[in-house]
Amino acid sequence: MLAYLLRRLFAAAVMLVVIVMVVFSIFFLIPKWAGVDIATSFVGKQADPAAVRAVAEKLGLDDPIYAQVWEFFKGIFVGRTYAAGGDVTNCAAPCFGYSFRSEQAIWPVLTDRFPVTLGLALGAAVLWLLFGVAAGVLSALKRGTLWDRGAMIVALAGVSLPIYFTGMLSLAVFAFGLKWINAEYVPLADSFSGWLGGMILPWITLAFLYAAMYARITRATMMEILGEDYIRTARAKGLTEQVVIRKHAMRSTMTPILTMLGMDLGALIGGAILTETTFSLPGLGQAVLNAIRNQDLPVILGVTLITSLAVLIANLVVDVLYAVIDPRVRLA
Amino acid sequence: MPLQRQVRPGYSRLRGVPATMTAPLHEPTAEAAPSAAEEAAVANAEEKRQAVQGRSLGRIAWERLKRDKLALTGGVIVLVLIAIALLAPVITALVGQDPEVHHEDLIDPLFGTPVGSLGGISGDHLLGVEPVSGRDIFARIVYGARISLLVGFLSAVVAVVLGTILGVLAGFFGGWVDAAISRVMDGLLAFPQLLFIIALVSVMPNELLGLTGTGVRLFVMILVIGFFGWPYIGRVVRGQTLSLREREYVEAARSLGAGRFYILFKELLPNLIAPIIVYTTMMIPTNILTEAALSFLGVGVKPPTASWGQMLSSAIDYYKSDPMYMVIPGVAIFITVLAFNLFGDGVRDALDPKGSR
Repeated sequence: MLAYLLRRLFAAAVMLVVIVMVVFSIFFLIPKWAGVDIATSFVGKQADPAAVRAVAEKLGLDDPIYAQVWEFFKGIFVGRTYAAGGDVTNCAAPCFGYSFRSEQAIWPVLTDRFPVTLGLALGAAVLWLLFGVAAGVLSALKRGTLWDRGAMIVALAGVSLPIYFTGMLSLAVFAFGLKWINAEYVPLADSFSGWLGGMILPWITLAFLYAAMYARITRATMMEILGEDYIRTARAKGLTEQVVIRKHAMRSTMTPILTMLGMDLGALIGGAILTETTFSLPGLGQAVLNAIRNQDLPVILGVTLITSLAVLIANLVVDVLYAVIDPRVRLA
Repeated sequence: MPLQRQVRPGYSRLRGVPATMTAPLHEPTAEAAPSAAEEAAVANAEEKRQAVQGRSLGRIAWERLKRDKLALTGGVIVLVLIAIALLAPVITALVGQDPEVHHEDLIDPLFGTPVGSLGGISGDHLLGVEPVSGRDIFARIVYGARISLLVGFLSAVVAVVLGTILGVLAGFFGGWVDAAISRVMDGLLAFPQLLFIIALVSVMPNELLGLTGTGVRLFVMILVIGFFGWPYIGRVVRGQTLSLREREYVEAARSLGAGRFYILFKELLPNLIAPIIVYTTMMIPTNILTEAALSFLGVGVKPPTASWGQMLSSAIDYYKSDPMYMVIPGVAIFITVLAFNLFGDGVRDALDPKGSR
């Protein structure tokens, strides 16, 4: 178990380094190859060459990629000092660098925006697990009935709707048309009811999409499991149908659901770009989208790192939980 | 399937595909030789029995698909959409509109919204006009279908080609080839995909390989979406190949002296076609949604070129004053993706070996 964990953690660390190198390559090598100088785009088009050189030297933009990646990681753990001539800036650990555009430090931006995204993802996850899994199980048990067909049609429609469209529709109807809620984001620290009001539409919209996916997967898995021999055995030895479903079938059904949950939650915590854009939520997704538009590399690196970390941790947790749910899985 | 390694079902743009699809779809059945001298009645019965036995996979699937009304409806809508995309210039010429011509006379100068009810719907402008510019929405929807379907299909082709080749290589050769390809697939699946697609598409230069503007963006979108899609296909193909290569019929071919490539192309690939078809049909709608999302976020196709996602993104500023502008492209995306999903579900059920014949 411990050896397994250590090996997985090592693999995750390697993966993080690879991801950071890929991001560096995307934003350094492709512009270079396309003939755009990053230092120039940072200083501005009419900047004098001396200023451009100073920026390039200070940020280490002329160093080879591997050196820049190394400096980046070193900055996170021990801090970093930018120096060019007499111009020295100290960046304490955890140092993710400074935004090219606003010149703010990245770390406070990340810690500022993280709770918004976390709240969005967790709230939606609770909703979609409750409704999606329940709908899927019921459909599988009542296969072919009106309920099953109805639920599956709704689910198919749900996975076919782009989230920004359902988001805009719900804003137009519930916030603007019926005026039921005031769909403005309010930080949780300011007002609980305000926060709830601002989050309810994003939660429902996001949860609708995922509930539809989960309902479809749950139904398919459940139906397959109900055809397994061990379910027949359980029935044959006289267990009530309720026990067969709850204790035997549900347990196996949860395994693929859990895998999906881990990956989806990880990806969402790293930034629900579409949902945050539609509802103007100041989360990580919105930050990274703006950063990509402005070619603001340090912000992109910071968010990508957090996202990847979230995905990797979520996967690790899922794999460990696997062994708890399904005794056939051995961690080795 | 003792040798098939447990493939984690899971996060996929191909949700809804039950694990049954990873089971081999058909075994090559030996055709029973018809006996020559038999009484007419017996021969007749024999013929009937053979007619039942001898149906090919494609035939069984088609007959099941024909009974599935929803899937057929989806298929018909898909065909209509393809026709619309191919005939876009003809259709817009017939209604006398152009997707990029401005009609500022139809715009209220004070609010920037179309005059008339429902976003300016009229005999001339079947679905109204866009706010500010007054471009005809019907013509833009028709041309937008081209972008959606082009990216949806071609990126699926990229994913299928890469996924099939690499999946077969991994499953067939095993060893370090398998280890390397599997690690890359795991890695790609753990990548924050949308983030990387956005990043890659947005840093691309405006001119590339002789293409400019929209051409570059489409080319890059197709490649990047396809590139992030291949592990989903690759994983399934690898698992299938792993289990198929140990089958008796492969061993029979090998003992008759068949070479590796003969076995690969003549024995294995035909049995992989069904799952590949299923995953391809499930992948197209997801790709269409990804393209729309990219254009919605402003990194995909840009105006004046018409695309549904881009129209929705401009509509976000007018959802209060001109809600029709948002509803029309949204419904277009919805119908298209739903049609592909209905058809895809039908194809999956039709090719499922566990389904009833």
